[in-house]
Amino acid sequence: MEWFVPIILTVITASTPLLLAATGELVAEKSGVLNLGVEGMMLVGAIAGFAATASSGSAILGILAAVVAGVLMSLIFAFLTLTLMANQVATGLALTIFGVGFSALIGSGFVGFPIQPLPGLSIPFVSGIPVIGPIVFGQDFLVYLSIAGVIGVSWFLTRTRAGLILKAVGDSHSSAHAIGYSVIRIRYMATLFGGAMAGLGGAYLSLAYTPMWAENMTAGRGWIALALVVFATWRPGRLLLGAYMFGCISVLQLHAQSAGVHIPSQFMSMLPYLATVIVLVIISSDRAKIRLNAPACIGQAFRPAQ
Amino acid sequence: MLIRLEPRRQHSQAMVYLSPVLAIILTLMAGMVIFSIMGKDPLRALHTFFILPVNNIYGITELFVKATPLVIIAIGLAMGFRANVWNIGAEGQLTMGAIFGGGLALLFHDSTSVFLLPAMLVMGALGGAFWAAIPAWLRTRFNANEILTSLMLTYVGVLVLSYLVHGPWRSPDGFNFPESRPFPAAALLPVIYDGTRVHLGSLIALLAVVGGWILLSKSVIGFQLRVVGKAPQAARHVGFRQKRMVWFTLLLSGGLAGLAGLFEVAGPIGQLQPQISPGYGFTAIIVAFLGRLHPVGILFGGLIMALTYLGGELAQIMMGLPNAVTGLFQGILLFFLLACDVLTKYRVRFGSAAPKGRAA
Repeated sequence: MEWFVPIILTVITASTPLLLAATGELVAEKSGVLNLGVEGMMLVGAIAGFAATASSGSAILGILAAVVAGVLMSLIFAFLTLTLMANQVATGLALTIFGVGFSALIGSGFVGFPIQPLPGLSIPFVSGIPVIGPIVFGQDFLVYLSIAGVIGVSWFLTRTRAGLILKAVGDSHSSAHAIGYSVIRIRYMATLFGGAMAGLGGAYLSLAYTPMWAENMTAGRGWIALALVVFATWRPGRLLLGAYMFGCISVLQLHAQSAGVHIPSQFMSMLPYLATVIVLVIISSDRAKIRLNAPACIGQAFRPAQ
Repeated sequence: MLIRLEPRRQHSQAMVYLSPVLAIILTLMAGMVIFSIMGKDPLRALHTFFILPVNNIYGITELFVKATPLVIIAIGLAMGFRANVWNIGAEGQLTMGAIFGGGLALLFHDSTSVFLLPAMLVMGALGGAFWAAIPAWLRTRFNANEILTSLMLTYVGVLVLSYLVHGPWRSPDGFNFPESRPFPAAALLPVIYDGTRVHLGSLIALLAVVGGWILLSKSVIGFQLRVVGKAPQAARHVGFRQKRMVWFTLLLSGGLAGLAGLFEVAGPIGQLQPQISPGYGFTAIIVAFLGRLHPVGILFGGLIMALTYLGGELAQIMMGLPNAVTGLFQGILLFFLLACDVLTKYRVRFGSAAPKGRAA
């Protein structure tokens, strides 16, 4: 059983950034906002977290900086799409293009800079239990946060009044407005939450997954997180399943190489991207299911009548 | 609320032309702020970025070299964007075009035939169209979002190229560098101005501008593209077939992106190597918006974005600015463009007073 532990541990670290970012995007989409800028927000979160940790030595400050950076990025998006009613698809693309350039610019001074990886939980005796100890009780703070995030969002969307209002805004903004809810304000908050979570996802990459900064280090994970939301048919519980499935696929490529499988590395690297396409096709072809679960107003601008 | 938007009865024609200009001015101002923060003299930086690259003939021809792929790709993308078909995987289609067309050059590496280059052009366009046909098929047959599938295929396409130049297509006498053998002379695009790198592709880009213009303004499918984008429900009632629109725009934009990729490898690069584009496929998205999704506008937009590439290179050499500044500028420009677009549809009013004397 012991050989199994490192594989599970790498699966968890590969899944966590996807899970964090996808959870945030799910909430934003549930309110009717399609933010395609996840990749850009993750990158800026990653460099903000890294830069803050590297200069202060404190991982907590790094995580906070990543959250703030993600929120600020999503604020740009929210202002353009919600206040100025710009096209959400185009603005999301702009956010990603901007994020790639901005993070590379900030990060140019931090390439090759060493930092301490996020420390794992360490409970005397308990974390030392074979197999279960390191897997269940030895993770870093963000892993637990990602799981708690899914549970919290699931509870929020199904069990709280605010969650129901948020879904109502996503499903029919005019009705929600007519009842007297502030559609724009609710969408702002959902979008900013998405930004914060994407920032955390990025920080996980640069602080825990590979404790370093490299240009474009997200390598498409922001886009995969977007696909995961569709895969989950906008239900948080299935997000957990999807993220860990993708974690397994990306770990497969690492372990296949060390196990001596003679497939060129490029083909192994394609796996997560190809899996994303296949998963999208399988889920999307069930149109009825998509229609039932997708927020009806997703991607549409709302302008309150005067 | 501080800012209030009042819808205009009609789109402002003046703003359609003014808003890109306004966006560029705002981007330049933002650039000056960024340069100042970085501790560089903002005026000198702007001069290095936007004037120095084109103050000689060679610089101007380099501008055409960089603008060529941007314009060709953006014309195809704009057709799709008009019909709400979001192909953002042009970078992958560009790569596939380079693989298909460049593969032909490697297969006939001792050929001197005049038919080699035309055949490569065809293969390049087919390669790009093939790579775009996958998202088109997945969207029309399985309802899968083309934004995500076309982007995922970009990563796959770039990895295929990386595999080929590291493996089967690696040059036998290239000292183990991951690059193919140089293309034979018959596979290279003729240079149209001696002593520079500006090639036949630039002329074809101009043809694409004219062709795109005719397609958009004079053809039935161009009319349908415009209607589908502006009034999808009306289009459905009249019986325009959405699926045909998806196929048409993706094949066209993919084919053009493939052609642009082939131009890069058969033009300035002259062989296959792991990286053949500094993100032309993504920058072309900005070019399409900067040009207001219109072929003639795209020509100007392409030249402006090409300048940011040249300026970025020069600023890196002369002022030690990181190359990432280029991407940053491009993103900021797109933000300002989208923000300024609001002005075409709405009047901006400050203050919160309700409009007076306009009873419904």
